[in-house]
Amino acid sequence: MSTETFLPGPDLVAAALPTTLFRFATAGSVDDGKSTLVGRLLHDSKAILADQLDAVARTSADRGFGGEKGGIDLALLTDGLRAEREQGITIDVAYRYFATDRRSFILADCPGHVQYTKNTVTGASTADAVVVLIDARKGVLEQTRRHLSVLQLLRVAHVIVAVNKIDLVDFSEDVFREIEADVQQVGRELGLGSDGVADLRVIPVSALDGDNVVDASERTPWYDGPALLEVLETLPAADELESHLESFRFPVQLVVRPQGALAPDAVAGGLDPEAYRDYRAYAGQITEGSVKVGDQVSILTPGQAPRTTTVTGIDFAGRELAEAAAPQSVALRLADEFDVARGDTIAAAGTVREASADLYAALCWLSPKPLREGAKVLVKHGTRTVQALVRNVTGKLDLASFGLEPTSTLELNDIGHAQLRLAAPLPLENYLHHRRTGAFLVIDPLDGNTLAAGLVNDHPGDHEDERYSI
Amino acid sequence: MSTFLTEEPTQVTDAPVSTRLSSLDTLESEAIHIIREVVAEFEKPALLFSGGKDSVVMLHLATKAFWPGKVPFPVLHVDTGHNFPEVIDFRDRTVERLGLKLVVGSVQEFIDSGELAERADGTRNPLQTVPLLDAIQRNKFDAVFGGGRRDEDKARAKERILSLRDEFGQWDPRNQRPELWNLYNGRHTVGQHVRAFPISNWTELDVWRYIERENIELPGLYYAHDREVFARDGMWRAVGEVSQPREHEEVITKTVRYRTVGDMSCTGAVESAAATVRDVVIEVAASTITERGATRADDRISEAAMEDRKKDGYF
Repeated sequence: MSTETFLPGPDLVAAALPTTLFRFATAGSVDDGKSTLVGRLLHDSKAILADQLDAVARTSADRGFGGEKGGIDLALLTDGLRAEREQGITIDVAYRYFATDRRSFILADCPGHVQYTKNTVTGASTADAVVVLIDARKGVLEQTRRHLSVLQLLRVAHVIVAVNKIDLVDFSEDVFREIEADVQQVGRELGLGSDGVADLRVIPVSALDGDNVVDASERTPWYDGPALLEVLETLPAADELESHLESFRFPVQLVVRPQGALAPDAVAGGLDPEAYRDYRAYAGQITEGSVKVGDQVSILTPGQAPRTTTVTGIDFAGRELAEAAAPQSVALRLADEFDVARGDTIAAAGTVREASADLYAALCWLSPKPLREGAKVLVKHGTRTVQALVRNVTGKLDLASFGLEPTSTLELNDIGHAQLRLAAPLPLENYLHHRRTGAFLVIDPLDGNTLAAGLVNDHPGDHEDERYSI
Repeated sequence: MSTFLTEEPTQVTDAPVSTRLSSLDTLESEAIHIIREVVAEFEKPALLFSGGKDSVVMLHLATKAFWPGKVPFPVLHVDTGHNFPEVIDFRDRTVERLGLKLVVGSVQEFIDSGELAERADGTRNPLQTVPLLDAIQRNKFDAVFGGGRRDEDKARAKERILSLRDEFGQWDPRNQRPELWNLYNGRHTVGQHVRAFPISNWTELDVWRYIERENIELPGLYYAHDREVFARDGMWRAVGEVSQPREHEEVITKTVRYRTVGDMSCTGAVESAAATVRDVVIEVAASTITERGATRADDRISEAAMEDRKKDGYF
């Protein structure tokens, strides 16, 4: 019996090395080549394995794809469920995975048809960057404006506009520059790419031929920026930005208090049961900022004044850490034996506002069941769910004109502003500064379905701004 | 006039307090967060544990989530009756080591009682759905953790991390709740339950790199070993009680390993010299064929095989 000696080449060793994680989403109109772009990224980064490629090549040939050019239909690589193939539509956000030697990528592929707001909001809520596609022959459309305003609202850290099908306008610099100027104009109107809210980049690409997708193209000599993949490989992830914030936030998920019911494997591994008899720690995931042993923290419990104590330990599965940062899951030990429970938030002392039962928010309405004033709903914020009453709807955004129209109801795919009264005060923070503690879900108490994505606004009067002027 | 807020940029501390987490650390923290959320919000969770590498990683993550306490839920195994004996042995040792309660749903018992019929092709993987749902209902589990990953399959790519199932265990891909930020909505009505997939965002390579980093023990058949096999459907099938060669199928001894450890009647081995976890990591990184495509006959039945099974309440 002989076996071959396995000698990995440098590429394979690199592929087996640790990388960082980056999440991005795609958004685009129907027919702007989004599926082809995603297929191209997966194909050129070698994320498509032989059996998947075989299946796609067979289907491409069956459908006579490419005419005399032949080849494979890259869009088929992201083709999903049978129901979708039969009807030629995309049902929902699909997640794809690929890696380079610098980064592992999670791609939320968001379909661009009628449900675009629901899908874009979902994909963008966890994304470090969003790639918006524009057809070079069509330029900035109303749909592009809608996409960009949703991304601005959700405070996506990086927005990349890919001007696709640049081959179909003969790689014209004039066409590209005009679209680029239009995009920048929309960005200025929205406040994208300024004030530290997000950055905005424009790249000419041909998803079909691969220009500026993975490698810089020689056919766009007038474009001296990086190709799309290089941008995605080098942008800082949102966690990386948020872990540096001063405002440490830690929603308590549960209290770890074994009271003698210690893990037998830990005891077998040398853990002293006596030393852990009274162990008590608060488990959760750091949503922003960082914490060190010795830091002063405030415990925020609804209905109580903040209590201040000191972090005496940061535990992670048997390891004691000196510090931890977002998005690490850890367990914190505190100096004082306060009654701390799930739903409470541990925060850097002196960085939190008073909890409030009045919630002013932007709501992205994701349910076919419309929102009516006076409705009773549930609000899930951090690790706490409370009852809430919708007092009034103060306006609906026109995503194309960026104006606010008066309304008293919100329907599927609407984004509007509303005021809610909560059954218990919550440590609400402006979403603009706190992408995690400023976010919440609106849930239907009857069937448990998610009705809306909520973004906390400041209370009127807290800041002088014009949001409530209509 | 813009209706959007533009305010002063958020303050940033002078010095970065930590270096960037690796992709594995980020995925690990995400999975632990999800496991803790489910334990906090559900009455009676359980973890599907087959002894396969994804479920072993899930259990390892659970021990980390609740350290130094015990894993606070039982494990559930759907035994097809055609499992590799060494995997069952591994399952029992693991349960013992961690002091867990094991609940077994038996395909054989359902066949014996006439509630399930053996399939013509002999594979029992698709028969697991009925005993699984029965075990969930009898034990009143309202959340069931699974080691499913979105990179495995087109249907999984669209499934939520918390996936709501109706009274019949069915998944409705058109009617899924949007999943936003890290806020998971696990609300369900009587009779419904939730399948939770904390390692949804992991790839096969991530799982293997994690097994290597955490020094996690797996059943030995994941590593290269000599075994009597015969070729069928383009895969190497082990010779065993329920997996016998037909007349024209020649039995030979090959150095193989398994990439998944399902039902012996439909799980194939791949030729491999990867005898250590490092070898496997490098082999997976170099792999040109997906794990299901390589080793699962049941997924080859049709392109939509997984989609159909999931709609019927499969894992």
